[in-house]
Amino acid sequence: METPVYPAHNYLSNGHGLKSWLLTKDHKRIAILYLISISAFFFLGGLFAVGIRLELTTPQGDLFQPDTYNKFFTLHGVIMVFFFLIPSVPAVLGNFLIPPMIGAKDLAFPRINLLSWYIYVIGGIFTLFAIVAGGVDTGWTFYTPYSSASSSTNVAATALGVFIAGFSSILTGLNFIVTIHRMRAPGLHWFKLPLFVWAHYATSLIQVLGTPVVAITIVMVFAERAFGFGIFDPQRGGDPVLFQHLFWFYSHPAVYIMILPALGVISEIVSTFSRKRIFGYSFVAFSSLAIAVFGFIVWAHHMFVAGITVYAAMVFSFLSFSVAIPSAVKVFNWSATLHRGSLSFEAPMLYVYGFFGLFLIGGLTGLFLATLGTDIHLHDTYFVVAHFHYIMVGGAIMGYLGGIHFWWPKMIGRMYSEFWSRISAILVFVGFNLTFFPQFVLGYMGMPRRYHMYPDEFQVLNVLSSGGAAVLGLGYLLPVIYLVYSIKYGEVAGNNPWGASGLEWRTQSPPLTENFLEVPTDIPEAYEYTPKVIREAKLV
Amino acid sequence: MSSVHVSPLSTYLTIFTALMVLSAITVGAAFVDLGSLNPVVALAIAGLKATLVILYFMHVKYSSRLTKLTVVLSMFFVAILFAETLMDYATRGWLNYVPMGQ
Ligand code: HEM
Ligand SMILES: [Cu+2]
Repeated sequence: METPVYPAHNYLSNGHGLKSWLLTKDHKRIAILYLISISAFFFLGGLFAVGIRLELTTPQGDLFQPDTYNKFFTLHGVIMVFFFLIPSVPAVLGNFLIPPMIGAKDLAFPRINLLSWYIYVIGGIFTLFAIVAGGVDTGWTFYTPYSSASSSTNVAATALGVFIAGFSSILTGLNFIVTIHRMRAPGLHWFKLPLFVWAHYATSLIQVLGTPVVAITIVMVFAERAFGFGIFDPQRGGDPVLFQHLFWFYSHPAVYIMILPALGVISEIVSTFSRKRIFGYSFVAFSSLAIAVFGFIVWAHHMFVAGITVYAAMVFSFLSFSVAIPSAVKVFNWSATLHRGSLSFEAPMLYVYGFFGLFLIGGLTGLFLATLGTDIHLHDTYFVVAHFHYIMVGGAIMGYLGGIHFWWPKMIGRMYSEFWSRISAILVFVGFNLTFFPQFVLGYMGMPRRYHMYPDEFQVLNVLSSGGAAVLGLGYLLPVIYLVYSIKYGEVAGNNPWGASGLEWRTQSPPLTENFLEVPTDIPEAYEYTPKVIREAKLV
Repeated sequence: MSSVHVSPLSTYLTIFTALMVLSAITVGAAFVDLGSLNPVVALAIAGLKATLVILYFMHVKYSSRLTKLTVVLSMFFVAILFAETLMDYATRGWLNYVPMGQ
């Protein structure tokens, strides 16, 4: 094999200076802009988490005032959910990869793509303003009547920031839907699409259908605070629980905005490294759509003890169980793909193995919570906190990091340190479990969430959790170092370092601004890893 | 896709008048107490107005079948929002618990 050379012309060298970046219409550069901005928010959200975990190392509330603590967990949640996880995989990896995966030169609306980044940044600035102006303390859920009638913190600025960022999410979703419908290379029909693209299609549907509802709901809270509308005020015929219905109508599906794209990443990595077509391709493809649709009918499982009727609760409980089925389909099919595949242990795969375990635990504990009887005990305890972190951090962020490691050579054209990337994947996995597993136990024993003090007997588990958080934090910081280092000093990666079959690997690394010089015509089946193809395309 | 439909001005004026009349009816209906039908009537009128806007002002009437399908499917999700929320509100009276303090 000849040693690859770093291509002189590519999207990174095409235009220099800040202006060439801030006015770019290239989906790949916009992806990089997103990567930098969401990483900054991830860091900020992480700082608040450090504050929370430091406070919780002792049973007394000795580090922060209770009000400060409330602001910490609120800002942690708001930033991580709306400014990191929701954009993460779609805005960075989706943006970068969907066009080359479908043989296109760019997304359908390149300008709207750039606009969505600016809107995101403006939303972020409002939220940063809220922080500087003294913070906000409602929790990321903004529950009424506290948010509408009581809280004297910067609810309006934060809510506005989230409202604005929502439009960025809608525009990205819209752009993907149109792109996937209309920009596929000739011959690339739906069932030849990578599952990553299917997952983004399903995600985009949720973004477009769900986000307007939460936006309007936020406007209502706004109107209630500013003009006293009374929508959520029982004294004027309103109902605070109505807020929860509207909020969760978006926010349960939103959890799938966060996880579905990561599931798409997993499919790509699993098939590449096991050198096999994803077992039951069409089941996995349709399970994404099923998740998107089912995700919309289960929301009130967050409200079992909020005063909804038992009749509604029974139906929602039943429906919540159904949403576990398509997720399970995926996990079974990935396992079947790995079965007798050629297992390997590169960094992207390590993240995938970690993902399997954590997503499984996260999903199964969701069923505990969807069960009416157990939820009465577990609701608003640390069990819930552990559940959603297993899915959102253990699932979605593992998928995101796996994807970043998998496509980094494509994005930058260079390899990162194999040794350090493995170390960091292991640190993340160990640190994660150490942080969040004790929280299941704490919640089960009855420790409520959102308090800065707790009884003495919970200390050991809380200290474990804080210690784990330190390991996890290290695991997240390491990639920043070796990835940035690789930009300059990494070995040249070549077009297809993993020997993957997707169309995006036919471009050079880093790709040209147009991705392809000619529209690809010989479209392969998805995940074509037959011995013949492997030999002919020299997929190693 | 490329053929842009141009409606005559008269269509817009007719629809505009219809919307205004419906608004007047909404205001009028607010003075008549229909009991639990109050919101039903208000929402029905609002729904009719939205339909007119979508069909004529937003040109969905003259758009491709894919566009129509998209609109109908979106309405389906709105229907989910209403139906499942009502699952809670409509069954609230079924419980015979005594509110605190009574
Ligand atoms: C098997 C599928 C799942 C089921 C049955 C399920 C069930 C539940 C239930 C019943 C609750 C409410 C518990 C309570 O507050 O008492 C909950 C909370 C939560 N779940 Fe899940 N879940 C599932 C998957 C997911 C996924 C995929 C995510 C995210 C990617 C997620 C994120 C969350 C979050 C963020 C909360 C807490 C929200 C809050 O109160 O702040 N869940 N889950
Ligand atoms: Cu949920």
